[in-house]
Amino acid sequence: MRGLVLAALIAATPALAVEPGEQLDDPVLEARARELSKGLRCLVCRNENIDESGADLAAELRILLRERLVAGDTDTEIIDYMVARYGEYVLLKPTMTGVNMILWIAPLTLFLLGGAVAGVAITRHRGTPAALNPEEEARLQALMDGDRLT
Amino acid sequence: MIAELGHFALITAFAVAIVQMIVPMIGAWKGWSGWMAVASPAASAQVALVGVAFAALTYAFVTSDFSLRLVVLNSHTDKPMLYKVTGVWGNHEGSLLLWVLILALFGATAAWFGGQLPATLKARVLAVQASIGVAFYAFILFTSNPFIRMPVPPFNGEDLNPLLQDPGLAFHPPFLYLGYVGLSMSFSFAVAALIEGRVDAAWGRWVRPWTLAAWLFLTVGIALGSWWAYYELGWGGFWFWDPVENASFMPWLIAAALLHSAIVVEKREALKAWTILLAILAFGFSLVGTFIVRSGVLTSVHAFANDPERGVFILAILGFFTGGALLLYAVRAPVMQAKGVFGVVSRESALVANNLLLVVSAFVVFTGTVWPLVAELAFGRTLSVGPPFFNMAFTPFVIVLAAILPVGSILPWKRGRGRVLRVLWPVAVLALAVMGLVWAMQTGRSLGGPLGAGLGVWLAVGAVVDLATRTGRGRWSDRLGRVTRLPGADWGKALAHGGLGITVFGVAALIAWQQEGIAVLDIGDRLTVGKYEVVLNDVTQLRGPNYVATRADLTAWENGRLLGDLFPEKRVYPVAQMPTTEAGIDSSLTRDVYAVIGDAQTGGGWAIRVYIKPFANWIWGGAIIMALGGLLSLTDRRYRVAAGARKAPATGGVPAE
Repeated sequence: MRGLVLAALIAATPALAVEPGEQLDDPVLEARARELSKGLRCLVCRNENIDESGADLAAELRILLRERLVAGDTDTEIIDYMVARYGEYVLLKPTMTGVNMILWIAPLTLFLLGGAVAGVAITRHRGTPAALNPEEEARLQALMDGDRLT
Repeated sequence: MIAELGHFALITAFAVAIVQMIVPMIGAWKGWSGWMAVASPAASAQVALVGVAFAALTYAFVTSDFSLRLVVLNSHTDKPMLYKVTGVWGNHEGSLLLWVLILALFGATAAWFGGQLPATLKARVLAVQASIGVAFYAFILFTSNPFIRMPVPPFNGEDLNPLLQDPGLAFHPPFLYLGYVGLSMSFSFAVAALIEGRVDAAWGRWVRPWTLAAWLFLTVGIALGSWWAYYELGWGGFWFWDPVENASFMPWLIAAALLHSAIVVEKREALKAWTILLAILAFGFSLVGTFIVRSGVLTSVHAFANDPERGVFILAILGFFTGGALLLYAVRAPVMQAKGVFGVVSRESALVANNLLLVVSAFVVFTGTVWPLVAELAFGRTLSVGPPFFNMAFTPFVIVLAAILPVGSILPWKRGRGRVLRVLWPVAVLALAVMGLVWAMQTGRSLGGPLGAGLGVWLAVGAVVDLATRTGRGRWSDRLGRVTRLPGADWGKALAHGGLGITVFGVAALIAWQQEGIAVLDIGDRLTVGKYEVVLNDVTQLRGPNYVATRADLTAWENGRLLGDLFPEKRVYPVAQMPTTEAGIDSSLTRDVYAVIGDAQTGGGWAIRVYIKPFANWIWGGAIIMALGGLLSLTDRRYRVAAGARKAPATGGVPAE
């Protein structure tokens, strides 16, 4: 796999992301293509979507995506098609299925839990300061008498 | 010879750190002042020794000493001098040497300026700091030694990764490391306080400057990295939620939380246990970041060390320090009793909310970053977590945080009344008006732009109002005079909060209103994007010191007004076999015109991309203002009097006792 990434890096000439020749003439379809390609991962790149990547594979995926669009597929159909071909790894936005629910629910759960703990802590801190204990009274008295605190 | 000297100095520093870890700790435990006194000279010796090691490695890079393996792998005689120097830390081994140098430096500053710390606390802090040093010296010497020689030195080197040959990225790692490692100081203070069993207002005051310094360096480091990505990667993205970016962002968020909770400890002696926990977590996240970057476990642009052995070593360091500290915390935290009490509506409560939001958002980043790893190892699912997830899960917390920030910063300590918030009503109205105006002006696309503009105004004007309320009452001329004499901390707070507002607005504006144009242009052809026009004048080939470039000469106009020429380049570094892009950017306060040149087309002409990036500079401008706020706060005289200066304040007035 590492060899593959390296090979892709060396082979990649400094290309632009979306090439002018790839773009569709229909502006509505092209806009949909851009939006969809931002959610699809360039599989040989490191954390890049196919819209931004200059790699050859990304260009192939962009063209493939546009072919499906021209053929009249809906967004969901295209995404399903990509997942069927390349696996879940191609999606930059993880699906909300199975164990992935943990990932999606975690933020709100943490926030609510933390909020509950913080709420309890705040209400516990409420109230008047405790009276001084005898030792502190003595120290205070010493201070008031002008003695130096060592 | 010089390399051997550096190697020897590094081994000696390792030995000194072992002594500094053990002797003062026993001294503090037994109450032997002689043993405790070992800590300070040892800390100074460490910084001198690592300094020698670092200088030796720098010398090897500058003189292109290809008998050193590290220099062969990361340098070349043709490389410009600046990048020969920055190449020292542009690799795994060298960057770790920089890491321990900064670690030793922080330890030494605690020794030099910690004159007023209680002797036992100081000894323990330095001993804990040295124990971190011991772990990292061992890591360098046993797995990542920069001073290894080549059996047969080659004629020339293999050059530094071209992406790293850039001023923005050259200074990005040192700043990040100053931040990461600065948090080791907060950690050492926290662990020392747990051993000591005492956390009071004075502790809060001692620990805060270190956290503040670490946070401000992290801010600068992250901003530099983001700015670099913007102009270097070729499509003007500024944040990718890449694992390596997240690795620096998590400690930043936790450090911001720690910074605020330490204020509560200092002013009100509450939230003590929580602050200690945050200090441990902040450094824990720094180590997690180091693990992510150094182990290459989550592959990304920066992971140049894909070596499992090193990964396991760092994981062990992470486990030992975070686990050990948390264990100590579990045992000793109940000792920390809060003294201050406060009402539900108070500055304290607002800071608790701030901490909750910052910490939860840090954990959102954390779960998103490690989820692909967890899903693969535990559930056998190979998947990606990319920007769409982070944008959805992270943004709501930032919005809530920004919404409550001006309110919290203006509430009084202990018990607030709604009355003080009256001054914020006009700001809220203004922010809503701006939001509505922006909504009406844009062509009905997104909610992000208006929301960002409204929150930006709310934060920035809120910060000004906050500063104004600090000047008390009376005539405006008096208050204007007083505002210049406010303590550095007040100015720092206002600047940092205002800077956040500017960054929030910049991010929202760039995402919401960016425009782009892509076309094949022949010489003399024209490309129109919105009210901007670009003409391709010429394309030339040129040679740099260690690269060849294709350079376009473009002239840009705004509404027919000449802006000037842009020179985007496409470079190829033959030795490293890598291409890079250099964007041509015309910057102004309200927008960047950003041009990139692509491939020559088979039918003639060149692929040219032009983006209009509204308010791009505000993103980093806001970050710099935030860092400046941190710096101003750090210069507050009250820190020097309390935590730093050895001499008594020279000014007359009330005697200290």
